[in-house]
Amino acid sequence: MTFNIYDFTSFNRWIDEGLNSIMSPTWALITEMAIIGIVFLLFYAVVGLFLVYAERKVCAFMQNRVGPNRVGPYGIFQTIADFIKLLMKELVYIKDSDKLLFNIAPFIVIIASFMALSAIPFAKGLHAIDFDIGILYVIAVSSLGVVGILLAGWSSNNKYSLIGAMRSGAQIVSYELSVGLSLLTIIVLSGTMQFSQIVEMQSNGWFIFKGHIPAFIAFVVFLISSTAETNRGPFDLAEAESELTAGFHTEYSGIKFAFFFLAEYMNMFLVASIAATVFLGGWMPFHVSGWAGFNTIMDYIPPLVWYFGKTAFIIWLMMLFKWTFPRLRIDQLLTLEWKYLLPINLVNILFMAFLVLMHWHF
Amino acid sequence: MKEIINLPVSKIDEEEYHINMGPQHPSTHGVLRLVVSLQGEIVKNLKPHCGYIHRGIEKMCEKDTYPQIIHLTDRIDYLSSHISNHAVCLLVEKALEIEIPERVQYIRTIMDELTRIQSHQLWWSSFGMDLGGLTCFFYGLRDREMILDIWEETTGSRFLQSYNCPGGVMQDIHPNFQKKVHAFLKTFKKKIKDYDRILSGNVIFENRSQGVGILSKEDAISYGVTGPSGRGSGWSCDVRKTEPYSMYSKVQFNEVLRYECDTYSRYMVRMQEMHESMNIIEQLIDNIPAGDHSAKMKAVIKLPAGEYFQQVESARGELGLYVVSDGNKTPYRMKFRTPSFSNLSVLDHISRDMKIADLVAIGASLDLVIPDIDR
Amino acid sequence: MNSFFKYFSDIFHGVKSLLIGMSVTGRYFFSPGQIVTQQYPENRKNLQMFERFKGEVIMLHDENNLHRCNGCGICENNCPNGSIEVIPARITGEDGKSKRIIDKHIYHLGMCTFCGLCVKNCPSNALGFGQEFEHAVFDRSKLTKVLNKTGSSIIKGVE
Repeated sequence: MTFNIYDFTSFNRWIDEGLNSIMSPTWALITEMAIIGIVFLLFYAVVGLFLVYAERKVCAFMQNRVGPNRVGPYGIFQTIADFIKLLMKELVYIKDSDKLLFNIAPFIVIIASFMALSAIPFAKGLHAIDFDIGILYVIAVSSLGVVGILLAGWSSNNKYSLIGAMRSGAQIVSYELSVGLSLLTIIVLSGTMQFSQIVEMQSNGWFIFKGHIPAFIAFVVFLISSTAETNRGPFDLAEAESELTAGFHTEYSGIKFAFFFLAEYMNMFLVASIAATVFLGGWMPFHVSGWAGFNTIMDYIPPLVWYFGKTAFIIWLMMLFKWTFPRLRIDQLLTLEWKYLLPINLVNILFMAFLVLMHWHF
Repeated sequence: MKEIINLPVSKIDEEEYHINMGPQHPSTHGVLRLVVSLQGEIVKNLKPHCGYIHRGIEKMCEKDTYPQIIHLTDRIDYLSSHISNHAVCLLVEKALEIEIPERVQYIRTIMDELTRIQSHQLWWSSFGMDLGGLTCFFYGLRDREMILDIWEETTGSRFLQSYNCPGGVMQDIHPNFQKKVHAFLKTFKKKIKDYDRILSGNVIFENRSQGVGILSKEDAISYGVTGPSGRGSGWSCDVRKTEPYSMYSKVQFNEVLRYECDTYSRYMVRMQEMHESMNIIEQLIDNIPAGDHSAKMKAVIKLPAGEYFQQVESARGELGLYVVSDGNKTPYRMKFRTPSFSNLSVLDHISRDMKIADLVAIGASLDLVIPDIDR
Repeated sequence: MNSFFKYFSDIFHGVKSLLIGMSVTGRYFFSPGQIVTQQYPENRKNLQMFERFKGEVIMLHDENNLHRCNGCGICENNCPNGSIEVIPARITGEDGKSKRIIDKHIYHLGMCTFCGLCVKNCPSNALGFGQEFEHAVFDRSKLTKVLNKTGSSIIKGVE
């Protein structure tokens, strides 16, 4: 066995062969699935908790504060303490609420983000499943989350929740379009929807450089619309604190609220990793074609570092959005999508197609 | 539910539904309750319910002597406590026809303008927060801290100072006062540029505020919307100009007027007023004459029998004080004309057919302080 | 054509204003020197309140446990909230005359609004403001304090 932090393929094969040698292929498959499931659950929890902590620290520094610093060194155990508190809180049931839908709504939200995570390649050979229509799968699955939000708002028997859910529905249905179209711009360039191939194709330059102007426009559009899709500020209309107190999760408490909370941060991680994978090369190091020496130095940095570094940068950008801008109004939100982002996106795709036809990309 | 049914809505539309914004709601800044009739997201009708923080201050004043009343006026409009104190003092001094040392007038005017700046800073903070820009809140409070420190050093309190007393001020200013005010002016002139960069010029903010909540000049006058909210509609209603008191007749400053009549113009009036207040302080701070910090007053203050009225420009608008005295050491009746109460009355009128998000923006632009409404 | 250009200039100005806003928060993010948070319980030892800070009303005692209060009750009369109760006592002085002294100067901190009238109006400057500000207690009765210390007496010649 050769464990290599630059390529996990042989490591995966070693586990696969090892399992197959001691049990029947069916059981080996089931064991593999269980292992992957457990690893992803752990990853999900750790990343979610870390992102909550990161958000609180980042916004604190932007606001001349220090943020959480009481629990553990630099307050790193603050979110764990919060999580334990949320676990122990009472689950409040609302009179006349639709109990079944009320209970399953947080699970729908969290499952949607969990499923989408499985298609993301973290390093070479390190992904749960490599669909050949990976991007389509991610877009399709991640937009399931809105069902959970709608159900949560509707079943809570609360007008604030209902308004929040309806806003969220209108918002996500609209912005899903822009997310899809901006990714389509890159698909035009790459010619494939498979994440692993998309990353491989960026070995001699990330798509944001290869596709220059249209790729950059698509990147900006993707950032804006994915921020909107994750219900984060300045597009946090679904939970608009100063208008709807807490929006769709007003009536949720305890661990169910924690699920919504965690799902929001995981969605942010998810769209950041898609942006990093599609536009910034995923785990692929920064390469400049022709500079062999420079490229080999860059190759020494492990892919996981590249991947998490890029993702963290995009998450930081999204936090900067949230903590700088005031919230949009619902009609302005839709105006932004239908009058600005969508036409720009459509023209941009044409531009990109023209670029690809003329071989003007790098 | 009963109360909702009893609402004086002219015609209850089947598609309308009601939500309670408040008494506990993040955007009402206190215990204001707005019963809002909505059609989808559109506000059709709005009914404010006041009284959740009614403490009967007018009645309490009837048992207190005039120096004691001052600490109650702190608690009416807690963000312009110094200006409310000033109003009582002016009224007593006017009734007793006492000559006030010039030093006191300088100190009071500077303190009034510091109050106005910190009130507007807090308003800016909460305005940003209401619109969803949470960072504004911390920037505003950060800069307000300097004024609070200046106050703490001179008056001993950060918030409810009770610094004025009939005839003067409680203590002379602290030796560091002028130095610190200069330091504040220098710092804040830099920091206020951040305010403009992060909120005033922002395209989202402009869209959220421009053309929202149109309050025409006629409506402003007929509803009695004074202060920056009224001046945002082009109504020249600054008591500092129309009925100058203390040093306001002697300093140079502009009455900020804007004519767009919307939330944005009310916002800009307040931003400009912060500059004007700094301008006033700069004219006064180096020229505070020497002298006593209080005029000689009798131990027991009794106003001659009669009726008295005094108005001052508080940070929210015109604060009127009406006192009926029967010659005793306590007033027979004391009535406060508080600006927030009149400003609230117009909220229904200007937020109709706007969205919920606009209602929040309009409410923030009127700069309501709930204890000022309920007293 | 005008609306066409307006469309793009709107986008340009919008994006520009957003970038300006982001530069403000981004600048503060990278300048940790500007953090204004005070680490309160940690800085307790060297936390210096301003000298005029109104923490609580105290009776000024000198090093010999002497104060200046003669129990006249002016502070009680001036207090708008009834947070001061003066309980005087009568003793026979050295010259044989009966004179009034303070037995207990009771101060209800929970009712005090720190208006400062008692301190200002005290004819013998017996009262002042203390710097203590951590007044949280578990029992309300602890907020009622006796300001004259046990065994203290009045400075000679003040009464």
